[in-house]
Amino acid sequence: MSERKFGEGAQPSPVLTRRRLVLGGSLLGGALVVGYAATNFGAVAAGALSVGAVDVNPGVFGPFIKIDEAGWVTVVNRYQEMGQGTHAGLAAIVAEELDADWEMVRFESAPANAAVYRDVTMGIQGTGASHAIAGSWNQLRQAGAAARAMFVQAAARKWGLPVDSIGVRNGVVYHLASQRSATFVDLLADAAKIAPPEHPKLKDPKDYKLIGTEIVRRKDSQSKSNGTELYTQDVRLPDMLVAMVAHPSHFGGKLGSLDMGAARKVPGVVDVFEIARGVAVVAKDTWSARLGRDALKINWDDAKAETRSSDELRALYREIAKGKTDVTGAAFQTKGKVDDAFDGELFEASFDFPYLANAPMEPMNCVASVDGRRVKLTFAAQIQTVDQINCALAAITLPGMVEIETLPAGGSFGRRGTLTSDYIVECVNIARHVGGGRPVKLVWTREDDMSSGYYRPMAHHKVSIKCDEGGLPIAWRHNIVSQAIVPFGANELPTHGVKNSPYLSVASVVDARIFTPKLAVPPGLWRSVGNSQSAMVMEHTVDLLARRAQRDPAEYRRAIFTKVGNVRKLAVLDLVCKKAGWGGPLDAGWARGLAIHECFGTVVAQVAEVSVLGGNLRVRRVVCAVDCGMAIAPNQIAAQIEGGVCFGLGAALYGRITLDHGIPQETNFDAYRVLRMDEAPAVETHIVPSKKTPTGIGEPGVPPIAPAVANALLSLTGRPTSSLPFVI
Amino acid sequence: MKLNVNGEDRDFDGDPNMPLLWVLRDHLSLSGTKFGCGIAQCGACTVHLNGKAARSCSVLAAEAQGMKITTIEGVSAGHRLLVAWVKHDVPQCGYCQSGQIMQAAALLAEKPKPTDADIDAAMSGNICRCGTYRRIKAAIKDAAGVA
Ligand code: FES
Ligand code: FES
Repeated sequence: MSERKFGEGAQPSPVLTRRRLVLGGSLLGGALVVGYAATNFGAVAAGALSVGAVDVNPGVFGPFIKIDEAGWVTVVNRYQEMGQGTHAGLAAIVAEELDADWEMVRFESAPANAAVYRDVTMGIQGTGASHAIAGSWNQLRQAGAAARAMFVQAAARKWGLPVDSIGVRNGVVYHLASQRSATFVDLLADAAKIAPPEHPKLKDPKDYKLIGTEIVRRKDSQSKSNGTELYTQDVRLPDMLVAMVAHPSHFGGKLGSLDMGAARKVPGVVDVFEIARGVAVVAKDTWSARLGRDALKINWDDAKAETRSSDELRALYREIAKGKTDVTGAAFQTKGKVDDAFDGELFEASFDFPYLANAPMEPMNCVASVDGRRVKLTFAAQIQTVDQINCALAAITLPGMVEIETLPAGGSFGRRGTLTSDYIVECVNIARHVGGGRPVKLVWTREDDMSSGYYRPMAHHKVSIKCDEGGLPIAWRHNIVSQAIVPFGANELPTHGVKNSPYLSVASVVDARIFTPKLAVPPGLWRSVGNSQSAMVMEHTVDLLARRAQRDPAEYRRAIFTKVGNVRKLAVLDLVCKKAGWGGPLDAGWARGLAIHECFGTVVAQVAEVSVLGGNLRVRRVVCAVDCGMAIAPNQIAAQIEGGVCFGLGAALYGRITLDHGIPQETNFDAYRVLRMDEAPAVETHIVPSKKTPTGIGEPGVPPIAPAVANALLSLTGRPTSSLPFVI
Repeated sequence: MKLNVNGEDRDFDGDPNMPLLWVLRDHLSLSGTKFGCGIAQCGACTVHLNGKAARSCSVLAAEAQGMKITTIEGVSAGHRLLVAWVKHDVPQCGYCQSGQIMQAAALLAEKPKPTDADIDAAMSGNICRCGTYRRIKAAIKDAAGVA
């Protein structure tokens, strides 16, 4: 019953196939894609990556829109749906320009093919940086408008009427004067004969009927409530084996000696073998694989492993930030002459951040089969192109020969987007050993998932600031210590949120550096990436500066934003203060804390109401103001802000992966505490009206909450926070 | 052995020490019940045993024998909780939600008009990493007809 024929939905109808031959994919090579190529690493590279790939049938209406004989408008989502509700926003953009009936719009996941489905900015197919909506805005509006124009044109021909006398509403093409109308289905065959316009006319936003309204809701709430949604964990294929892997207990450890005798004897175990990252047990079902793995006798070789503890690393990071080690800093922002700018009285603060696990609800898993040079993956892929490349290397084939069917993810928060494709390659290695195209489902336990690394890296920030008489920064020195999150280029990601911050802009001297120690613990992308740390540093520091200058934190920020001309932050700040009743009365024992941060182009401000009555830190209400450009799906924007607050708050209150002699101590939800229902604050989301290109919403809700709480604590207790998680 | 699942007697011939979760998922093709932690900490695997919420990852097949097991697949399509969940667009990634619904259904069976405190007490063993807690609460209250 949970078996499913894969790829079924991807079969083009005969009409569409014929049409493709005629059109030669003119939408694909035409206005909709060309023009972005120059900003990408480009069509050529993407094309090369796609050699041997599953043929993507662009269909009559291009690669993003399918309309069938039953009247369904299917929007092809090239991004990972991991909960962020992207599909609804993307579908709304198409449906708006197409004037489709929202009830007849659905979505499906795109196959992996960078030539067709790469993100226009990243140049590869993948999901990250809260970019799905921003990256699709122009492309999907044009695709929708082009399809609409084809229907209008078809009707005009059929009825012998001028094109501009014909309208479209809710999937019905009509001519008012003559009372004629036809559905998309009625006109499908005729529309297919029309060449798609290269520059279709886009709607004026004032005519939007869908975008920005409450009509835009998730399309998957039903299946995600009644248990029918199919996740990687639920895939069942004929003859499929289930694999578990014993991994080294230390990062950088490897296999020493192995006795697999007992494991092989466990009923249901089919095979046990060594792979690059440990020992694989394949079995007929999950439980047998688990028992088989438990029966392995392994000695790990930790000669080259990371064996330091968190305390040692924290002390080391502090030394690095002071420039006392051989890890040298690289400047990421400098301005003015340092000379004597930091002489005299300085404000100094430092912040320690622990390793954090993403801990999505669905532990990592993957289904793979390898048949000669053909690799088939069925799982919640986040960065398809990178996964194709890594798996091709593992299976000695071409990236295009790695077919990916992308399933929804039971959360990711960045964990499924690693540049090594760690667990995916692991699954491919196992499937390759099994061979013959036999599908293997790799199942990680929660403990496997949480001790696997790809953590938000440990970090240390140290700031030294000189202020003018009014208390505003005039010289800002900032040292960051963090592993590089991506292994190439400058160590850019941890600087997000510090670099070009208005607080640095207002200073006339800036000396900001990043120090990049190398450790065997793999760092990863944790929802909002560097921003979740930098927001804490910047926003708490600014509150401390305001306090030092005896100024109101909101007024202090307003002065800086005004001085540097940051109108977006000013508007968001004003809105949040108004809605939160900033400065107004509050129950005894409660205080408000404010923070505002820009993350991936979206500005979010939060005011948290906090108390520490009875020694318990409680957050009861968080008022949020958001500028994410034009709001496409307000309900989903609110949902993402609510979720972001809970995610960031749980991490700030409890989140920490502690290394004890290199071994992660928190490996399940008993020790790795996360936010639970009784601790979830009421979250109110207020959106700043905007006509600008939409920006992302999946991540920007996370960063402000920790400093908002820290700032409330400051006002309650007078004590600054210098590390997370909070200690009360 | 025989296991009574969603009103049907089902045969299971595997390891009686297998957690019910894996019996349901791997042997009875009922994959709506999710694996999240395996140690009764997250609630993703929640089912009903004789009408009471239980963590199927921590109940052995042998222990479930003779009990009436209900999974998310056994919740009728028009159930007021399912209706409320969709109305409030509760799910994000959705992975925790069958467990949430099963927990909420057990709560309403026991307390048809729960207070906020009742809901917190009943639901705080169910983790949602996407942070849909407040929508869950709103949906439960909606389904229960309490303001
Ligand atoms: S999987 Fe059973 S409670 Fe988490
Ligand atoms: S909806 Fe994702 S964990 Fe609850």
